[in-house]
Amino acid sequence: MRGGAGPGRATGTGARGRDGRGGAMMRFMLLFSRQGKLRLQKWCVAAGERERRKMVRELMQVVLARKPKMCSFLEWRDLKVVYKRYASLYFCCAIEGPDNELLTLELIHRYVELLDKYFGSVCELDIIFNFEKAYFILDEFLMGGEIQDTSKKSVLKAIEQADLLQEEDESPRSVLEEMGLA
Amino acid sequence: MRGLAVFISDIRNCKSKEAEIKRINKELANIRSKFKGDKALDGYSKKKYVCKLLFIFLLGHDIDFGHMEAVNLLSSNRYTEKQIGYLFISVLVNSNSELIRLINNAIKNDLASRNPIFMGLALHCIANVGSREMAEAFAGEIPKILVAGDTMDSVKQSAALCLLRLYRTSPDLVPMGDWTSRVVHLLNDQHLGVVTAATSLITTLAQKNPEEFKTSVSLAVSRLSRIVTSASTDLQDYTYYFVPAPWLSVKLLRLLQCYPPPDPAVRGRLTECLETILNKAQEPPKSKKVQHSNAKNAVLFEAISLIIHHDSEPNLLVRACNQLGQFLQHRETNLRYLALESMCTLASSEFSHEAVKTHIETVINALKTERDVSVRQRAVDLLYAMCDRSNAQQIVAEMLNYLETADYSIREEIVLKVAILAEKYAVDYTWDDVQGYAAKTVFEALQAPACHENLVKVGGYILGEFGNLIAGDPRSSPLIQFNLLHSKFHLCSVPTRALLLSTYIKFVNLFPEIKTTIQDVLRSDSQLKNADVELQQRAVEYLRLSTIASTDILATVLEEMPPFPERESSILAKLKKKKGPSTVTDLEEIKKERSSDMNGSAEPTPVNASNVSTPSPSADLLGLGAVPLTNSAPAPSSSGSLLVDVFSDSSSVAAPLAPGSEDNFASSSDLASSEVVSEEPADAVHDADELIHKFICKNNGVLFENQLLQIGLKSEFRQNLGRMFIFYGNKTSTQFLNFTPTTKPVDPIVDGGAQVQQVVNIECISDFMDAPILNIQFRYGGTLQNLSVKLPITLNKFFQPTEMSSQDFFQRWKQLSSPKQEVQNIFKAKHPMDTEITKAKIIGFGSALLEEVDPNPANFVGAGIIHTKTIQIGCLLRLEPNLQAQMYRLTLRTSKEAVSQRLCELLSEQF
Repeated sequence: MRGGAGPGRATGTGARGRDGRGGAMMRFMLLFSRQGKLRLQKWCVAAGERERRKMVRELMQVVLARKPKMCSFLEWRDLKVVYKRYASLYFCCAIEGPDNELLTLELIHRYVELLDKYFGSVCELDIIFNFEKAYFILDEFLMGGEIQDTSKKSVLKAIEQADLLQEEDESPRSVLEEMGLA
Repeated sequence: MRGLAVFISDIRNCKSKEAEIKRINKELANIRSKFKGDKALDGYSKKKYVCKLLFIFLLGHDIDFGHMEAVNLLSSNRYTEKQIGYLFISVLVNSNSELIRLINNAIKNDLASRNPIFMGLALHCIANVGSREMAEAFAGEIPKILVAGDTMDSVKQSAALCLLRLYRTSPDLVPMGDWTSRVVHLLNDQHLGVVTAATSLITTLAQKNPEEFKTSVSLAVSRLSRIVTSASTDLQDYTYYFVPAPWLSVKLLRLLQCYPPPDPAVRGRLTECLETILNKAQEPPKSKKVQHSNAKNAVLFEAISLIIHHDSEPNLLVRACNQLGQFLQHRETNLRYLALESMCTLASSEFSHEAVKTHIETVINALKTERDVSVRQRAVDLLYAMCDRSNAQQIVAEMLNYLETADYSIREEIVLKVAILAEKYAVDYTWDDVQGYAAKTVFEALQAPACHENLVKVGGYILGEFGNLIAGDPRSSPLIQFNLLHSKFHLCSVPTRALLLSTYIKFVNLFPEIKTTIQDVLRSDSQLKNADVELQQRAVEYLRLSTIASTDILATVLEEMPPFPERESSILAKLKKKKGPSTVTDLEEIKKERSSDMNGSAEPTPVNASNVSTPSPSADLLGLGAVPLTNSAPAPSSSGSLLVDVFSDSSSVAAPLAPGSEDNFASSSDLASSEVVSEEPADAVHDADELIHKFICKNNGVLFENQLLQIGLKSEFRQNLGRMFIFYGNKTSTQFLNFTPTTKPVDPIVDGGAQVQQVVNIECISDFMDAPILNIQFRYGGTLQNLSVKLPITLNKFFQPTEMSSQDFFQRWKQLSSPKQEVQNIFKAKHPMDTEITKAKIIGFGSALLEEVDPNPANFVGAGIIHTKTIQIGCLLRLEPNLQAQMYRLTLRTSKEAVSQRLCELLSEQF
């Protein structure tokens, strides 16, 4: 009876009337400054470039307009937004409804801790000038919108290992060469 | 990469947007020339330029080149080059399929490299892009990596999450297989990072394939139990601010929410875990840091979600409610927000609804004092969820109060919620008050010199219907009302003017004293000769009507509009649209239930014409009298009370039910056990009573469904006769052979995906208890399938409703007062006690619903006659709900004890 023939095809089987909470994931994460400059964006779902820019603009506006001491969660479109400000930077995650808000807040904190450990007292400039490192650290920590490893030690170990490889790779170069003038 | 740093500095030093764009364009030109240049670039330079492009892209500029260089880097053997190549692709490639084909090869090599770091990069790239092409290329490979014995832990973690990402985009490309059971066992892994990643994967897979992953439940419970009972330092680096493995705990609790409460043994252990989590919430904090309390409470909220999901342990539910009650007054805004949100779902559980209601004052206070609109919004949601008849007045009043100062962003939603609550719970208003109030309000609103056209429409309609209610006041006399509306007339669009013309003719009826004024308006050239046909026609017809019709006729034609028909609330639909389905709770479910009969009546389409052995179901179902009823042999008096006769209606032959059977259904239950010896034991009669109960108050729907077969029903009953269409759908792609239902023969071959239908006629010979059994046999892929289902033919199907006055009802009620005639049942409500649904169910049950008969308006009474071939049995019923105790008392009085007994049983199951 594929294709819906027959009387009374049962409509939905969810006995409880709401979707199981099951797997809910992060849709994207943004880092932006108080001045509304985007510093990092991590998308865990496919979306067109134009749509992404629109969402970023809209969400930055909403979050920047909020006063301190307000709740860290807000409903936005069909998502829940969890954000926290660290110094001049806003860390902002968009999660699906059933996802755990408090733990998302701590996921942000864990990421800040990792950045701090790696850069040593991280500041916005570190993230601007070493944006690729910020991405690498995030990638060790998050994958496809899910947390990959919550242990600070194992994430840092992975990053350090990669840095070691990098040093082996690179032979020292002259300043002129670096600037593309050689 | 100094060049990159210099470039970033330059950009930061730009004083204006224009300067920035200029600098970027210069850089882009430079990079393009390098890439196109004759001199081959070394890896380092390539990496640097690709990084610059990435930076430019992240500033918000479009990048349309450099992809090839990135692909080159990604194929390099040097780690840092590879890493940048992958980063570029991950950030920039948005399922650009052509490029993906280019990188697939490099990814394949890295996956096969056995170098855990390269494998990690490749898996990350697949997960970041996550497109269908990626799934096509790698969905088969990743499960192998995941469960291979020699895979490193870090790679396992990546593989689990990568597979999860692919499953989310293309579930069809990730086939379940042997690997699934091995993934479940990762829940026992020593490495907590592996367990965490595996739990995420299993949770999502289990939602779609619960059977495949059900063994994960007991593993998840024991893992959780070990975590919650561990000392705060046991888990070393997985302890987060003195909370043991909060991420894993939350994920395990989320996995358990994919399943119903587990078996008793596991359940006991889980209950202990949940109690431990609730207890820990009361312990003094181990750290003053907010991270500690956040992580601890994250686990607590997830545990409460699970408790609500199971909705089976009243104790835990009440404890959860008390815990949330404490949070409602916590100094942390975040916790107040979450407590309000969580309580919303708690309010819809019958066990905790009352406990939630005790917090009403706190919630109202939150609505008044919270400084953050998103928190106030949660308070509104919770008030809406906890609203029932007992507190509706208070809640609606508070919402209306709040509305005056509410933020514009949530006003519309509050108005909708107030409207829904009022529609659902208002019981004691008198319509006149509302109508008069409405007329007065629109009249006042129309005084404004400029008002929106919609207001003119609303005003025109309401004054036309109820203007008389305010006409006594000289300030809103008929003439003033008319002049007010007519002063807006010329500024309005055609549809509004048409509506106003209708208002004017209604005025002629309501206010004869201004008839001539109105006729003058209708008679004017601008109306009678209006270029718009609709307006012209209305003017002509209304003028004529006002001239020739007597006052009686006019009063009849222009009588007050009848109430709008009952249908799905348009306000609710609007709210759903606005908020998304998840936020509209119990009210919505009730509406669904109410409309389920409608869903059940979809017209079946014959799939294979040659298999249709009976007339199309669209033939007149009520024309039962015209069908020659060939056989109605008296029922054997010996066997039980099963006396429903089912026989074929093939026009000429009185076809026997099945070979060797007697010609009534009484013997078909024997067939089930004694007929053809099957290769497999017959399934037990399928949850017989459950299915029957589903059909007591309705006649159409799906009777049975398994992986092979779906049986749908559509039936119609009149007096002691009935006709049932049975639809057998083959859900597989393979033919069924020797398809034999015991009712009567159909085409023995049912093609894959096809549907066969048959019709059976039913006659009720005498009152009965048990439903007839339908036994089906067929051969599917070499095995004989044997199946028995009870047909939902119950005594109440032969009910004919009887209307009677209050006096008649109670007179008969008294006549049937001997103890043998009355059967009474007192029982707990199993569903929300909603008046409208109860009414619908009593009507669906078959009796008439007698309004204004019982002196207590909360009670329901019904009356009807059960028709059997031999006798007719008059039945009276009375249902008394007790909202406070959530109980019902149902009383049945009929002239026959067995009938009273049976009807009472059947109907009790429905509430």
